[in-house]
Amino acid sequence: MEFQAVLMAAGGGSRMTDLTYSTPKPMLPVGNKPLMWYPLNLLERVGFEEVIVITTKEVYKMMSSDPMKLDVKMKLDVVCIPEDGDMGTADALRHIQQKIKTDILVVSCDLITDVALHEVVDLFRAHNATLAMLMSKAHEFTETVPGQKGKKKTAEQRDFVGVDQSGKRLLFMANEADLEDGLSIRKSIMRKHPRMHINTGLVDAHLYCLKKAVVDFLVDNKSISSIRGELVPYLVRKQFSKTTNSPKTKEDSEDQNQKKNDGSTNHELVISSRDEPLLQQAQERSCWNDHRGDMSEAYHGGKLRCYVHIMDQGLCYRVNTLAAYIEANRLAPKLFEEQAVHPTAVISERCQMGSDSMIGALCQVADKTSIKRSTIGNSTTVKEKVKVTNSIIMHGVTIEEG
Amino acid sequence: MADSGETDGLGPKDGIQQAKTDGKELTKDEKQRLRKEKKQQKKGKEKKDDKASNESEKEKKPVVSSAPPASSVPSTQPTTQKAPPAVPALVPGPASETSALADKPAKSKAELKAERRARQEAERASKQGKKGDVVGQQAPTSKPKAVPSELQPVVKRLPEHIQLDNPDVLKKLAKKYERQQIPLRSDYGYKVSLFSHLHQYSRKAPLTQQISIPSTVIHPAIVRLGLQYSQGIVAGSNARSVALLHAFKQVIRDYTTPPNEELSRDLVNKLKPYISFLNQCRPLSASMGNAIKHIKKEISNIPSQWKEEEAKRSLLSGIDSYINEKIILAAEAVAKSAIEKISDGDVILVYGCSSLVNHILCKAFEKNRKFRVIVVDSRPRLEGREALRRLVQRGISCTYVLISAVSYILPEVSKVFLGAHALLANGYVMSRVGTSQIALVAKAFNVPVLVCCETYKFCERVQTDSFVSNELDDPDDLIVTRKGKTQLEHWQQVRSLGLLNLVYDVTPPDFVDLVITDLGMIPCTSVPVVLRVKNVDQ
Repeated sequence: MEFQAVLMAAGGGSRMTDLTYSTPKPMLPVGNKPLMWYPLNLLERVGFEEVIVITTKEVYKMMSSDPMKLDVKMKLDVVCIPEDGDMGTADALRHIQQKIKTDILVVSCDLITDVALHEVVDLFRAHNATLAMLMSKAHEFTETVPGQKGKKKTAEQRDFVGVDQSGKRLLFMANEADLEDGLSIRKSIMRKHPRMHINTGLVDAHLYCLKKAVVDFLVDNKSISSIRGELVPYLVRKQFSKTTNSPKTKEDSEDQNQKKNDGSTNHELVISSRDEPLLQQAQERSCWNDHRGDMSEAYHGGKLRCYVHIMDQGLCYRVNTLAAYIEANRLAPKLFEEQAVHPTAVISERCQMGSDSMIGALCQVADKTSIKRSTIGNSTTVKEKVKVTNSIIMHGVTIEEG
Repeated sequence: MADSGETDGLGPKDGIQQAKTDGKELTKDEKQRLRKEKKQQKKGKEKKDDKASNESEKEKKPVVSSAPPASSVPSTQPTTQKAPPAVPALVPGPASETSALADKPAKSKAELKAERRARQEAERASKQGKKGDVVGQQAPTSKPKAVPSELQPVVKRLPEHIQLDNPDVLKKLAKKYERQQIPLRSDYGYKVSLFSHLHQYSRKAPLTQQISIPSTVIHPAIVRLGLQYSQGIVAGSNARSVALLHAFKQVIRDYTTPPNEELSRDLVNKLKPYISFLNQCRPLSASMGNAIKHIKKEISNIPSQWKEEEAKRSLLSGIDSYINEKIILAAEAVAKSAIEKISDGDVILVYGCSSLVNHILCKAFEKNRKFRVIVVDSRPRLEGREALRRLVQRGISCTYVLISAVSYILPEVSKVFLGAHALLANGYVMSRVGTSQIALVAKAFNVPVLVCCETYKFCERVQTDSFVSNELDDPDDLIVTRKGKTQLEHWQQVRSLGLLNLVYDVTPPDFVDLVITDLGMIPCTSVPVVLRVKNVDQ
């Protein structure tokens, strides 16, 4: 088997507490489907047959209580973790290490996208990469969030992503919060890649292809708890560290100290397949190089490589803030060409419905109502003379007259 | 066979006199005659008709005399009803023949045709009758019988990958891929009419778009390899073969024999869809084809009583020894022979990036030969830059030119070393496009051209031009952006414009002075000998 899919559905939704205090984030309805459904649908469309879902007991109960909501044909292997919120994504991976037999594709439950997944995976396959991830050029949210005046730009949360000339190889990744004085880039990186494009307005889709060796490495290094926060920057930095590039390290005391400090270099070096010499011979005889202008071979002889696919067209949303949630509700129906009105809904004739609206199953909408740019959940009842504009009505709600 | 028929055209005229006495030669003449006549019927060219009619008229008497005895024998058989009508048809034949001799050849063409047709009917009838005949009577009838079977035109089956303008072939290919559960990769863009029988793919539409991401039908190592081929990460004949064998090793390692199946048969069947997949990612090279043949042979030679572990182990070690012998040690042998040809003060010209030629030059430099290298490069691949990097890294002094400057630089050159993608059975060298130009210009300047090639790249195909079988690369590679302007950006909208990006070309053996192989230094025309010896060995 080539890949195992892992869906991280234990997130807290800390940035939208208004919504998540009652419903856990993975089960929030977007376009009348639970948020979890979208990444699962993406995996199913691409051809996965099994997914390992890491979630909390609460979500698992909700999933099993209403099976119709999650109508996916794949086999879901649900792993429950305690809800105390101490477990980061990397900790969760460590938890399921026994189940992982091949390279993994980690997806977050709040990702709604229509990316052609083969573009990310092809980078991972073709260059024998350790990490391949997906990012997207951010679009401004057009919706106004109730309760917020004007648009707030959280400038302290910027991510600096440095890619090489081709736009595929990931050279540098840091969050502004971690950079105290300024952006410093190692000389070794500049020597190997003299041209670097640094982007700040990218949305990280939290979709990662990781080699199996990385999971084994996580088991030995318990200090890493979050994939995005710690593991990815670590891997990006490790691409250019001297110890990985030169397997024949001299027995200097400095090197010994470095190894002790990192404690992980030995494990990283195991990122090599069997028949490594044969692959090396094939590479030597191949007249291809990923860069030109200097005297080094392809990939500068580095074994650890991180790649990124940056989407500039198409949908890619991470639903972790209120604004994103509203935007997603607006656009999600268009993503899947679902019927705006569910066939089981009972809508009376004198109801005005805008084209942007969606009505869920088993709804009853009475006369003289007007519904514009809204999403109405399943099993809701809307009585007469009601105007619903720009809203998201959850399931099982009753709106009285007037 | 057809050639021999043509060249013997004058011979039978002498043989005609002996024809009556010597039955054997008669039938040979008959064969040639009737073969020619079949050709005439197909082509309908007057000149050939005249020629054949002249000869056939002279031959008509002996032929006619042999036909009636043949037809009379089967007349006893109930099945032969064609023979009696054939006999009366032949009777007026000789009568008209005499008049035909006097007339112009053009006039008697229709009659000759009728006679020929009648004769053929007689042959066919005699052949049918022969089936029911007693063995003793086979002597007179066997010759006519032998004639029709010889006459069946030699049906040459063209390989499917060069018949893409034939819709039947396309349908067959589509069905084959469907059966093997491999997606079909569609062609891209307008194909230049001379090359419309070949595939042309776009690099932006990889085959992996159409397969599921955790690929279950195709082994992941093969998917990775296919991607590396189509993106050009693994390029070059030797690199592709080594990478292919590496992937096959992984496939064999992960293989488990299903119950009630034999490893020797099932594994070969498992490999077929993988090979189709790789072929669609990038057409297979001759070296890859030979490697695949070798592996398939090894697999089918596994004795059935061996256990799976043992069989796998032997296959893996077989692959290792193949790589070691045919690629690594062969490179050493070629380098050893080639170094003798490099003398101090030489100026050596190389083209593109050939792993073998680079290896030779590095080894020669290690042995302290004093020479300098001129690297010739061409668009769009610009592989020479990689060759330049490898040579300069070792300390060899190099000059770099583009192929348009080759006639300018050639007066300085003392030898030309070329790498080969494959060596064809008629001595032609198939190599990167541009090689034949270099060889041509070198010949004009009287500079010796040496081709370096391992024997596992020798191929039994015969080709005299670069049109019949070639590879068309992505035409968008030719588009270049200079000063922010891309002139060819919308080339598809210009109806009369076609972009052609050829990959290979063939060099005739007249331009090649020597081929350096691991078996020694041979002239280009000895390639079929090597092939024959190899086949005998195997």
